[in-house]
Amino acid sequence: MNSQTILQVENLKVNFNVTSEGDMPWTKPKKLQAVNDVSFQLNSGETLGIVGESGCGKSTLARAIVKMVPTHSGKVIWLGNDLLELNKSEMRHHRKQIQMIFQDPLASLNPRMNIGEIIAEPLRTHYPKTPEADVKLRVSDVMNKVGLLDNLVNRYPHEFSGGQCQRIGIARALILKPKLIICDEPVSALDVSIQAQVINLLMDLQEEMGLTLIFIAHDLSIVKHISTKIMVLYLGNMVELANSEDIYRKPRHPYTQALISAVPIPDPKIEKQKDLILIEGDLPSPVNPPSGCVFRTRCQKAQEICSKEKPEFIEAETNHKVACHFHD
Amino acid sequence: MSFLEVKNLNVEFNTTDGIVRAVNNVSFSLEQGKILAIVGESGSGKSQTVFSMMGLLDNNGHATGSVKFEDQEILNLPNEELNRIRAEKIAMIFQDPMTSLNPYVRVSEQMAEVLVHHKGISKSDAIQQSIIMLDAVKIPEAKNRIRMYPHEFSGGMRQRVMIAMSLLCHPKLLIADEPTTALDVTVQAQIMHLMAEIQKEFGMSIILITHDLGVVAGNSDEMLVMYGGEVMEIGKTERLYENPTHPYTQGLMSAVPRLDDTAEKLITIPGNPPNMMLAPVGCPFSPRCQFSINSCSTEMPNLSKVDEIDHLRACHVEIEELS
Repeated sequence: MNSQTILQVENLKVNFNVTSEGDMPWTKPKKLQAVNDVSFQLNSGETLGIVGESGCGKSTLARAIVKMVPTHSGKVIWLGNDLLELNKSEMRHHRKQIQMIFQDPLASLNPRMNIGEIIAEPLRTHYPKTPEADVKLRVSDVMNKVGLLDNLVNRYPHEFSGGQCQRIGIARALILKPKLIICDEPVSALDVSIQAQVINLLMDLQEEMGLTLIFIAHDLSIVKHISTKIMVLYLGNMVELANSEDIYRKPRHPYTQALISAVPIPDPKIEKQKDLILIEGDLPSPVNPPSGCVFRTRCQKAQEICSKEKPEFIEAETNHKVACHFHD
Repeated sequence: MSFLEVKNLNVEFNTTDGIVRAVNNVSFSLEQGKILAIVGESGSGKSQTVFSMMGLLDNNGHATGSVKFEDQEILNLPNEELNRIRAEKIAMIFQDPMTSLNPYVRVSEQMAEVLVHHKGISKSDAIQQSIIMLDAVKIPEAKNRIRMYPHEFSGGMRQRVMIAMSLLCHPKLLIADEPTTALDVTVQAQIMHLMAEIQKEFGMSIILITHDLGVVAGNSDEMLVMYGGEVMEIGKTERLYENPTHPYTQGLMSAVPRLDDTAEKLITIPGNPPNMMLAPVGCPFSPRCQFSINSCSTEMPNLSKVDEIDHLRACHVEIEELS
């Protein structure tokens, strides 16, 4: 762990117990491995992008880092402390430094609180003794930062458009001056022209305040634009982790290759000539994942060994890790 | 004879807060066997345009203008006549395949119903034909899976069922309203690939409604860009990408992050989409447009030719001044 590393996740596992409809009361619940053996390091000022299809565990991973879901095993080392070992009150101190932004901008704001109250809430919770005048000052300060006029403090969330609501969500995350912000699909619900505004805002704020970001999205082009490194998840397992430019230039895992080829490029000439790698079929059930390599059921390169042995997550090249027996 | 000709289509909704003019003066035409993409952000009126054509507007909605399909006026037809056209000649698929299938009814029943109703064939024949259609959209083990309920299919498979269902009567025009928005990229690629294949096989025309400029690029011949209920620009897809002549189209193209691009910063369109409650005066895009001049806020520009016959734009500002 070098001095810049602020977050180190080691072999993190999250399991859920699920019961299905026809089960009897005494039936043992099945184990669903939502996140399986995920490890990564995040340096200060970096952006880690996490991509994958729906159900691949990207949101669960984010939630597990801030202990919003119970973890099975592993370590989440935040500035030298293992968050998973801490009790509630010790955790509270660290929560100030890690904030989240959610996907649905309107649903993540309390409709019965006005904007001023929403943005001030983290401050009032963590520093209850802050004088009212200071709270007001901090709120208007942070509103200006995210591009909202501070005379809107008395309005309610429903009076704002989706893009503005997302700015309110960002303001709420920023007011505690956190070190790390976890953005869970922050732009998926927004229109194209508004997406670009929010992404630029996040990148500007990151530069200005020295933030570290974890950026989760299913849109690979957005993730590549904002991230310094990218992790590709499939069925809760890491399949590839590398610098964002490397992932795009030379994807090594067959899944990453297919994922990149599936992203349509807004240029008719390129798009109509592109060699599309189609993945057949659907995501297997995470309750009953395939043996060996989890991707083998849909992989063109799959051979006998893939069903027997789970490929190790190895460094194929400096800073480029991949989990595949036959990686490029 | 033109295949589909839409002229001066207007859609209005009476709401308790006043009249909302969702679609204003939209005109376009479509030839047989071509794919037209309608592009726009939420609230731009792209869905209401096709809903009005199909007689699917909400009760408080009202459409005026003309929609001619194979020289027959279909706008505001009574339901009995529309029912002969819907499904048999024009079929539609929707964004969310779960909510457009009935969760209580087996897929076999839902599909057979279409054929029994429209073609008057027996139910067992109808189920046989439905199985053939499910095979055509590449659903594995169609024979067994047709007995299943919608929730037993994944999102991508459900959208395949929807497509198969819409094709049962061999329609000439398929309207796809954001068919892949709810799906993952890998599944989106499968579905768009399937639609392209089926379009060739059946020789249909498609109207593809989407906000994803990447999907439009690979899957359409012509495109129509809408904003605030008005047509901003219309033309051949390749030409519009190469040479967008409307400030909104230009803004839209540069605001999308591209996988093959290394630009540091996205170019954004400042401001927010218009509030459709307020009656639009002039060009709806003018408050966000960096080139807007005085006449933009008072008068909506007419669609005028750019250079070719089919490339039209609605903008007061000369093309040379947009840069």
